[in-house]
Amino acid sequence: MRTPSETNLSAEDLLGLYRRMLLIRRIEERLGEDFKRGDLPGPVHLYIGEEAVATGVCAHLTDADWIASTHRGHGHFLAKGGDPKLLVAEVYGRAGGVCRGMGGSMHVADFSKGILGANGIVGGGIGLAVGAALAAQLDRKGAVSAAFFGDGAANQGVLMEALNVSALWKLPLLLICENNGFSEFSPTGTVTVGAIADRAKPFGVPAAAVDGNDVIAVWQATNAAVRRARAGEGPSLIECRTYRLRGHVESEGSFIQERYRADEEVAAWIARDPIARLASYMDEHALAPASAREAIEAEIATIVAEAVAYATDSPYPAPDQARQFMFA
Amino acid sequence: MARRRMIQAINEALAEEMARDPRVILFGEDVEISVMGDTRGLRATFGPDRVRNTPICETVMTGMAVGAAAAGWRPICHMMYGNFLYTGMDAIANQAAKLRYMTGGQIKVPVVYMGVFGAGRSSAAQHSDAMHPMFMNLGGIKVVLPASPADAKGLLKSAIRDDNPVIFLQAAGRGGEAGDVPEEEYTIPLGVAEVKRPGKDVTLVAIGAMLRPAMRAADALAGEGIEAEVIDPRTLMPLDEATIVASVQRTGRLVVVDEARDACSAASHIAAVVTEAAWGALKAAPKRVTVPDVAIPYSPPLEKSLLPDPERIAAAVRATLGR
Ligand SMILES: Cc1ncc(C[n+]2csc(CCOP(=O)(O)OP(=O)(O)O)c2C)c(N)n1
Ligand SMILES: [Mg+2]
Repeated sequence: MRTPSETNLSAEDLLGLYRRMLLIRRIEERLGEDFKRGDLPGPVHLYIGEEAVATGVCAHLTDADWIASTHRGHGHFLAKGGDPKLLVAEVYGRAGGVCRGMGGSMHVADFSKGILGANGIVGGGIGLAVGAALAAQLDRKGAVSAAFFGDGAANQGVLMEALNVSALWKLPLLLICENNGFSEFSPTGTVTVGAIADRAKPFGVPAAAVDGNDVIAVWQATNAAVRRARAGEGPSLIECRTYRLRGHVESEGSFIQERYRADEEVAAWIARDPIARLASYMDEHALAPASAREAIEAEIATIVAEAVAYATDSPYPAPDQARQFMFA
Repeated sequence: MARRRMIQAINEALAEEMARDPRVILFGEDVEISVMGDTRGLRATFGPDRVRNTPICETVMTGMAVGAAAAGWRPICHMMYGNFLYTGMDAIANQAAKLRYMTGGQIKVPVVYMGVFGAGRSSAAQHSDAMHPMFMNLGGIKVVLPASPADAKGLLKSAIRDDNPVIFLQAAGRGGEAGDVPEEEYTIPLGVAEVKRPGKDVTLVAIGAMLRPAMRAADALAGEGIEAEVIDPRTLMPLDEATIVASVQRTGRLVVVDEARDACSAASHIAAVVTEAAWGALKAAPKRVTVPDVAIPYSPPLEKSLLPDPERIAAAVRATLGR
């Protein structure tokens, strides 16, 4: 990690990043427990271990900017300023959820915050983000659009189409690849050839491959890409190398018999946990007292408890709601 | 009234709606030069922001339309040939049709996907499908098939103003049929069928380009003393079931003409709806005149042999009358 003088981040900024990552972590740990208990009706794909990516990217964005997310979308939702209460209630399938219980974990969206939504279609968010980038270009207000997608999604043809058209039109687009080492249960190398960042080269699109567990590295790479996009210079691709510490989906123990990764591999990545890393970085450089982090921890515990209480207090939607919202 | 070919009427609708609403944008492959003629002149009038050639990229193009709509624009995504909707199908089926629903009604998705569809031009199997039935089944997409220049113009204007995704399928390559088009401003609401010819003996529902052979059949049948009531649904989703069912309540007989393949055709759906709603009034089993469940062949006599024509339509009508 870079020294503080090499970054533009103040101690306050770093605590902000820490807080955001921890919020994602604690909300998702809770959702993981709730799933085990049988309280969540549908599949949940947790982002635990990858928080630095959404956090480092979204720190540069405002509500006027757009993001399109993936099936593993809680982290993006929270990093972009989505309300934890509305998120948890949605995953619980309740009327008080951000989508009134119509979408669940794989579709959390809040357009008022520039969140085009998680997406159940791998690669499906890329096209939406390109469209929002086109809208931003036509609006001429300097907004940008970011597409998050996995290493698995990088093998969808839509990525090539998006690179071509966004470079051609100089769209204010960020293509953020979260390379977490797996496409479902297939290790990336067994289904993907070459470096994903290299896929931008033939299009003349600047690309960076960064340590996705280093929130400062993600923040810095995004800083350059966002400036470029806002200046009308076109898209960038950032490949963030990270790792999902949880299963592909919380229910996988019920249908996967074989082990698909070694304990040592998981342990090695736990040692690189992005949240712990930022904490020790702040300690090392005496940037913030441990008490500041403890206060954040306590604050987030309250947010989590309140979000779950809000969700469980919220009723299920009335059945006739299933027939609404198809058409405007 | 002004005499217009269908493609000119569509061009007028696009130009009028783009002039009326600065948030309407149009993109697609070669829309600047205009392969079909329907987008001709729009680039010069509305400029490069609002009218753009895209690369050949249906997968991202259809999704881009949804993203731009979610971000406040009103895109018209020109697919050239309807068959290329399949290449862009993911974003149509999984994003456009469902984004509003699965996000609890948070947004509107005002997108028009337009393209030329149907057989009859020796364009062979990959450029001739009538794919409206699969879009009817998606749920969140309106499906519009105009049969005349006047309807095409009025329906397209409504489609562009509609806050939902609309598939607009035009049965016209370069030109199409000519007809009278009102000179004053007008729109035709989506979801309203029109009785194109009144009659008392049989209800003849004709979808899209099938209106012309159906009208010819009705003319021929009139000479035999059979008065067919010809109805053009104009919009298949939503479908004006009331107009069709009310007609069958009077006539007691139904023939539906559709250039889709038979299995799960719009004709099958309409026949089912009428059978349930007007069972007591039916004097004969409903009949469907459709394309057999094969692909569209190239050679003219082969292609012609598959498509509904006035003779087949008239024969189906006579059969419902026991003649
Ligand atoms: C179009 C499509 N194909 C397949 C799937 C099933 N699926 C869900 S997640 C996933 C793996 C995605 O891998 P990646 O993009 O790397 O994301 P990650 O799960 O690692 O975050 C697959 C194959 C899907 N949802 N959509
Ligand atoms: Mg992955």
